[in-house]
Amino acid sequence: MNIDSIKNGFVIDHIEAGKAMRIYEMLRLGELDCQVAIIKNAHSTKMGKKDIIKIDSAIDLDLDVLGYVSPHITVDVIRDGVRVEKKHIELPDTLTNILRCKNPRCITTTEQEIPHIFRLANAEKREYRCVYCDTKASSL
Amino acid sequence: MKNLINILDLSVEEIDELIAVADDIIANPEKYQEACRHKVLATLFFEPSTRTRLSFESAMLHLGGSVLGFSEAASSSASKGESVADTISVVSGYADIIAMRHPKEGAPLVAASRATVPVINAGDGGHFHPTQTLTDLLTIRHEKGRFDNLTVGLCGDLKFGRTVHSLIAAMSRYTGVKFVLISPEELKLPSFVKQEYLAAGNYRQTTSLDEALGELDILYMTRVQKERFFNEEDYLRLKDSYILTPEKMKLAKSDMIVLHPLPRVNEISTAVDADPRAAYFRQAAYGKYIRMALILKMLEVRV
Repeated sequence: MNIDSIKNGFVIDHIEAGKAMRIYEMLRLGELDCQVAIIKNAHSTKMGKKDIIKIDSAIDLDLDVLGYVSPHITVDVIRDGVRVEKKHIELPDTLTNILRCKNPRCITTTEQEIPHIFRLANAEKREYRCVYCDTKASSL
Repeated sequence: MKNLINILDLSVEEIDELIAVADDIIANPEKYQEACRHKVLATLFFEPSTRTRLSFESAMLHLGGSVLGFSEAASSSASKGESVADTISVVSGYADIIAMRHPKEGAPLVAASRATVPVINAGDGGHFHPTQTLTDLLTIRHEKGRFDNLTVGLCGDLKFGRTVHSLIAAMSRYTGVKFVLISPEELKLPSFVKQEYLAAGNYRQTTSLDEALGELDILYMTRVQKERFFNEEDYLRLKDSYILTPEKMKLAKSDMIVLHPLPRVNEISTAVDADPRAAYFRQAAYGKYIRMALILKMLEVRV
């Protein structure tokens, strides 16, 4: 399977198999004009199977989304056809405007325009809680 | 310390300092009567309260300061749809310190992010109530003389009982404290409180008050709060789960104390009031002194 190499953009690699579409949705990659490739169940010596996303545009990438959906992702930053940086993404300490609080008693349900912030409460369980009301985010 | 949102914003040492100041106020009230002259406390109560609001206002007046505010959302601009953030931006210009109660959880944190003066959480929904906890701690120190090696029974609505959540957070920092969580299945302690403040060895859960009473040094009773239920039927089913009576008090240690954040409905029979172990009205009196100490600390007034 051939996919054109990227000139300016990102290769999001080592995505847990099956999580690529979730990232595609959360990053709203469907709204982009550029080429986006999703590779499902690619062979990986380390992970067995993995997903990969290639984006041929230097968009403003929300790395917290990546770390939240699938920790241990790597992001290759490509500029002029050359990899200029390799980022290792881990579970972020906070998530801003990525999740919404489901607690009907939370201030975020009524207060307009406040950021929806979740903090990492338990890294082992990948558990996030609303900074306002401490309600647990529903898991992915 | 700029704001008090969660009791854990205060270190154990800071709590000791506040208690020392409160004790000095109790001993020498005249020394403090002009301490906050020309200072203004705003009490913004988006949810009705008698006790907490009056306690804050009494505290400020006894420090020689003034108070302004509102006591229900209907008499504030919130009823016109104004956001908490906007209300706080305005009030920051009118007062030196703000005490705020709000039915939505996390509202004081939003307020603190916008305020240019210190904000005190006076209760946010079923979440936290740190100044009640300071009151509870001052009471425990006076009645029991210590915070460590106590067995604390918490009884009633542990799910929505914000005073319970804050008290557990505070007491879990002292050594040898054991918690007995007494509630109906539906009103058990939320997982966030358990996960953050309790460890496997220092608590147990039960549905029976009678079974737990004999081992307790402190019994913290709470009311099943009608205003936290979306469904009247659930409230009616659960409201009479536990009623403390003189007969039940016979099962308790002779030096156990009974605390209650008040208001009480029927969960403590009035016949218990005469028992010297009933400490809840003494507890209410301590509330003013610890709030005086807190206002002094947050306004950085030294006497």
